[in-house]
Amino acid sequence: MKAHAILAKEFIADEARTDWHDETLWFIRQKRDKAAHTLPEWEQLRQWASEIKNHTLSKLDEYLVEFENNARQNGVMVHWASNGDMHNQIVYDIIRQHNITRVVKSKSMLTEECHLNHFLATMGIEVVDTDLGERIVQFRKEPPSHIVLPAIHLTKQDVSDTFHQHLHTEKGNADPLYLTRAAREHLREKFLEAGLAITGVNFAIAETGGFVVCTNEGNADMGAHAAPVHIACMGIEKIIPKAEHLGVFLRLLARSATGQPITTYSSHFHKPREGQQMHIIIVDNGRSRQLARADFRNSLKCIRCAACFNTCPVYRRSGGFSYHTAVAGPIGSILNPNLDLKSYSDLPFASTLCGSCSNVCPVKIDIHEQLWKWRQVIASEGQVAPAKKLMVKGMAFILARPALYRVAGRVGRWCMRYLPFLLNHKLNPWYRQREMPGPAGRSFRDWYIKNKKQ
Amino acid sequence: MKIGLFIPCYIDQFYPPAGIATLQLLEKLGCEVVFPLNQTCCGQPMANSGFANWSKACDENFINNFRGVDYIVSPSGSCTLHIREHLHHDQNPGEAERIRHTVFELTEFLTDILKIEKLDARFPFKVGLHNSCHGQRGLHLSSMSEKVEPPFSKPGKLLAMVEGLQLTLPSREDECCGFGGTFCVFEEALSVKMGKDRIKDHARNNIDYLTATDSSCLMHLEGILRRQKSPVKIIHIAEILNAPGNG
Amino acid sequence: MNAREHILQAIKAGRPGAVALPGLEQDLAIHYDDVLAKFKTTLEAIGGQWLEISGEEEVSTFAEQESGAGKFVINAAGDNENSLSEMTARQLAGVDMAIVRGKLGVAENAAIWLTEEQMKNRLLPYICQQLVLVLREDEIISNMHQAYQQTRINERGFGAFIAGPSKTADIEQSLVIGAHGPISLKVLIIKENKIA
Repeated sequence: MKAHAILAKEFIADEARTDWHDETLWFIRQKRDKAAHTLPEWEQLRQWASEIKNHTLSKLDEYLVEFENNARQNGVMVHWASNGDMHNQIVYDIIRQHNITRVVKSKSMLTEECHLNHFLATMGIEVVDTDLGERIVQFRKEPPSHIVLPAIHLTKQDVSDTFHQHLHTEKGNADPLYLTRAAREHLREKFLEAGLAITGVNFAIAETGGFVVCTNEGNADMGAHAAPVHIACMGIEKIIPKAEHLGVFLRLLARSATGQPITTYSSHFHKPREGQQMHIIIVDNGRSRQLARADFRNSLKCIRCAACFNTCPVYRRSGGFSYHTAVAGPIGSILNPNLDLKSYSDLPFASTLCGSCSNVCPVKIDIHEQLWKWRQVIASEGQVAPAKKLMVKGMAFILARPALYRVAGRVGRWCMRYLPFLLNHKLNPWYRQREMPGPAGRSFRDWYIKNKKQ
Repeated sequence: MKIGLFIPCYIDQFYPPAGIATLQLLEKLGCEVVFPLNQTCCGQPMANSGFANWSKACDENFINNFRGVDYIVSPSGSCTLHIREHLHHDQNPGEAERIRHTVFELTEFLTDILKIEKLDARFPFKVGLHNSCHGQRGLHLSSMSEKVEPPFSKPGKLLAMVEGLQLTLPSREDECCGFGGTFCVFEEALSVKMGKDRIKDHARNNIDYLTATDSSCLMHLEGILRRQKSPVKIIHIAEILNAPGNG
Repeated sequence: MNAREHILQAIKAGRPGAVALPGLEQDLAIHYDDVLAKFKTTLEAIGGQWLEISGEEEVSTFAEQESGAGKFVINAAGDNENSLSEMTARQLAGVDMAIVRGKLGVAENAAIWLTEEQMKNRLLPYICQQLVLVLREDEIISNMHQAYQQTRINERGFGAFIAGPSKTADIEQSLVIGAHGPISLKVLIIKENKIA
């Protein structure tokens, strides 16, 4: 797997497209700002959301049991899965039990994380993703590049080409309305013939045993209300204690995600409809391990709004695929090292630590501080590249010794002045696209000694 | 009031005028300033690379240099933030804590401690202000575009006191320039792209100078400006605030 | 040990010390002097439409007019539609317009709360081409905190806030009204004191 820096460089090679990607996401960030500013209590809401989630994490096991009991009383079947494989197997067993061949799925980052579609495909089951963006990337055999806007890396021309190939739309017609209508027709049929609908869960309410699913397209509802079987997949961290807490989260979620005051549909599921079967799968997949890490546990507060993606100057200019994982962006960079430190040791370094992510986060996750802390873990686990480690060690050695530092500075400045070719070559990553700073004749300290010291 | 002047290593080596202006400005405003001669670096490059344990010697050196002053003032938001958040000392935790609370970035010191309301400085140019992230979001030198909070800017307020200066802001008022410490070399492509985008945004205002509270951001942006052969010059905010006035 | 026990035990071992729940002081949330006006402007902003009517009885008049224009209209707000729950998805797919009573409208986001009781069939408000929701003026409140205070979310097996017509911006962030759900949403607002 290529590291983030290399994938980012490849992305940026097409500068016009990078600019387009950056501006598109910045536009969403601006819509988010506008929505936040309509509420004078915005910062209070974030504070409440953060405290509710912190409280929930401190009693998570108790709330999960309360949720499970209430859900069972509501006639819902509850399953538990320690990891992605177990989750996928549970889904497959339900499918087999009902001899189902056609499955529709609305957006669920958890199922992406567990690679459910891939697993079911190997078992001969085709899953149709029904979120428009997800359907587009599914046709293209790509993963989503953004957790809220899965096809944000594609232009309408790309979508037009994909739909022409798969849905036989007119070649070259890239009108979003035309393409969306084509997908609507295509997916309506999928909803009607589906034997099973899989949805994600945005919030699971302990006191009622119900769960809330938010969409704009209505695809989760079309699937769940039409199919004879509904499976809702949730991570253990989706729990909130009470119904009244939904007031806080639903006010924050869509405003943070897209700048809308609320998603079009906020559906509250409690019981299966007459004749329907409803399942909930509660999945751990590394979350309890993250909960035990004091420095990183509050990453589990995340409500998957992706505001941190949209604001991140790195994400906007490197695209979702540069993070080589299901959940990209700043939040992905603090979640993924927990799942596999070695594979994702590059991600916490894919940041300037500018802190914008923490500021937009509706549940106040200190994302940039956790990025810093993951760097410490990665270094202590020996996952920093040897060349980089050597460079840092060299710096540390010099900066620990004031006299040596001064000599090194003098030598360095002398070289920059008289032997610039030592630095001004393309192997120096600073020099490749930037001039070196003009060498100062003498240091501040030298000036001070000469001019000021009594 | 005795002030210890903390000059970050890259200012010491590459941008001494920023250090000189800081010293002269503080003295002009009546402060007694000392420059401890054995200072090197705050330790941030190591810590941000994941090796905070290798910056312990820097912590110790810092404490030894700045013991006994009332305030420590630095023309860098980033280095100030690092000291404020991460300075530790196992043998001398009390002194480390005292330093963490008495270290100030220059514009924050002028605004919050000296409570400067006017300056005798003249700088008749069009100046773009780059809000450096660590100063802005870390030290809260100005309001942040992500937050719902009343607008304010400590650097902006000081620049407004300078005669003849025409202050401009880019359309994205507080986007990162892409320097990011070792990020600037290990994520070179991204770092440069971010810098180019900041410059383009500022260029729309036809500025003469680009200023900031941090020479690190400016060093990165200057590198790109010079490669582009741009006429825009960079200048540390201390040099503007210390520019000679009419009085 | 099964997965459930395993997960619960790991959580118990790793969870942080007790953290208190915040009290939600609802006075801190925004309240609008004119909730109806705010509701209308928000609804328009999210692609919805509204029409003021003078009483519940006008709903059936509205339904008849729409049916007369050749549409397949289901008026679930009328009280004679008990067979609706038996309709299959395929049958419902032919519905041009569904009229459903809402229970509560929220001015800050133009969301309308309705449950299975009003929908009669869960699929109806999603699968119809055009959705019409009916609200009385005094059923509109300022914000979501009030909404959850006045609602029991598990009163029925299913309930939802619906805010505007279905939409997507998944193709180059161009907003398209009408994704999988209704292509339009109109709210009939009953103003009891309106002079017809």
